[in-house]
Amino acid sequence: MRDAWRQRELWEHLGWQDIKQRYRRSIIGPLWITISMGTTAVALGLLYSQLLGQELGTYLPYITVGFIVWNFILGCVTEGTEVFIANEGLIKHLPAPMTVHVLRMVWRQVLFFLHNLVVYVVVLAVFFPTLTHEYKMDGDIVPHPGISWTVLLAIPGFALLTVNAVWVALLFGIISTRFRDIPPVIHSFIQLVFFMTPIVWPVGVLNKFTNGEASWKVLIAEFNPIYHFLEIVRAPLIGHALSWHHWVVVGAFTVVGWALAILALRNYRSRVSYWV
Amino acid sequence: MVSIDVWNASVDFPIFDAKSRSLKKLALGKVGGRIGAEGRVPIIEALHDITLSLRHGDRVGLVGHNGAGKSTLLRLLANIYEPTRGSSRIQGKVAPVFDLGVGMDPEISGYENIMIRGLFLGMGRKDMEKRVDDIAEFTELGDYLSMPLRTYSTGMRVRLALGVVTSIDPEILLLDEGIGAVDAAFLEKARDRLNDLVKRSGILVFASHSDDFLVELCSSAIWMDEGRLKMHGSLREVVKAYKGRDPYEHLSPDTLERIGQAPVMSGNGGE
Repeated sequence: MRDAWRQRELWEHLGWQDIKQRYRRSIIGPLWITISMGTTAVALGLLYSQLLGQELGTYLPYITVGFIVWNFILGCVTEGTEVFIANEGLIKHLPAPMTVHVLRMVWRQVLFFLHNLVVYVVVLAVFFPTLTHEYKMDGDIVPHPGISWTVLLAIPGFALLTVNAVWVALLFGIISTRFRDIPPVIHSFIQLVFFMTPIVWPVGVLNKFTNGEASWKVLIAEFNPIYHFLEIVRAPLIGHALSWHHWVVVGAFTVVGWALAILALRNYRSRVSYWV
Repeated sequence: MVSIDVWNASVDFPIFDAKSRSLKKLALGKVGGRIGAEGRVPIIEALHDITLSLRHGDRVGLVGHNGAGKSTLLRLLANIYEPTRGSSRIQGKVAPVFDLGVGMDPEISGYENIMIRGLFLGMGRKDMEKRVDDIAEFTELGDYLSMPLRTYSTGMRVRLALGVVTSIDPEILLLDEGIGAVDAAFLEKARDRLNDLVKRSGILVFASHSDDFLVELCSSAIWMDEGRLKMHGSLREVVKAYKGRDPYEHLSPDTLERIGQAPVMSGNGGE
């Protein structure tokens, strides 16, 4: 792993190359990433704000940021499971640390994320007046404080998310290389996870059904680890109420996940080249 | 100190068919007694009980039939496969040239491919930028280097790959047979450079079916047969035993003189 870090010029270069490669010979190049995210976010925002009876001014930023962060998670999980399988050729022909492939993939996703962040900046600029003071989304009981300096908390939040992406890709990458059923399983469940996670629907909506009392209905969100990962980045970016319990949950996942990943790496690293 | 030591190393490939690679099978296998899924996975013994020791200055040719384990041995030496049994210790900077298509992106230019190759071989970006001119000169590719790699012929790709690995001062150079596609003039140039490199700092292991290449580049040889190391000795002895004829007998006196071999039959092929 230390070798992989030493070779960061390699995976940084390769990650960039992957993006440039995808848009080679297209005129506006990687800007397509931004455009497609922008279109999706605006279209979904317009549609669902009506369906869910939400105010556009607070809902559109919510779904935009949710979607951007979700796309990062989605990319890391789905590509993470196939990271070694996809790099079979390189693994068999060039002696590079296994972690290089993982870091390259995560770095590529980070770059995608940064491209998509442009959409956030635009949305933020448009809805700035509605987001900077206290506001409630439909269904919320406690009002959100609005955007302030806490927006900076999104940076450590995203850093932590990225750190988690690395262990997910390492661990699931190794397992999926050995058991080829894992990638299809992940692919079919990730769609479900998207609908179960508060991305399109705000958590506050759950309160409508529970009249603000704790019930299993709220637990739908709380028992979903993705929700906590999402929230540590999303909440500061749109000025939602911050809750430390998200950080605690994510922190626990980070420690346990890395422990498992390091264990897997130590025991099976040398087997990966046999399995691919 | 550059060295390769391999002790009783074996490389076994588990061959997972669709059934045994699935979790379902593993879970079902647990029911009704312990039948380890690993135990039912057929294994191909690609290398068996290899013991090998190479030192500074060794230029070794690998000969053997297809599937004899030459490429696998090279990958073992490159640290790509760790031995499943036995052990190996490889000290020195390894530069492999195996499949020319891998690690090269056909859509990007020769220059960019040089950069990526170099980075993969553990170089820094700045180091590679310094070496690009040297590589361009050596490969004689000229303006082609700014063309996408897909416009290159096989020989040109070989030039590029050799240019990169020889420019980064590797200590252990591992070449698979693919490099046969270059023309005679370039081969001569590459030979000088490779010999120079090996003299300065290292070990060359080269798998090939071509006597000419072996004679040009190697002094000793290893004969691989069915994953076993059948013979290890001077190039002349090994190739004679393998092919049943002296690799030097058809060579002109000029060539023999160049590669430092006596034209008489009592050759002293290194080692």
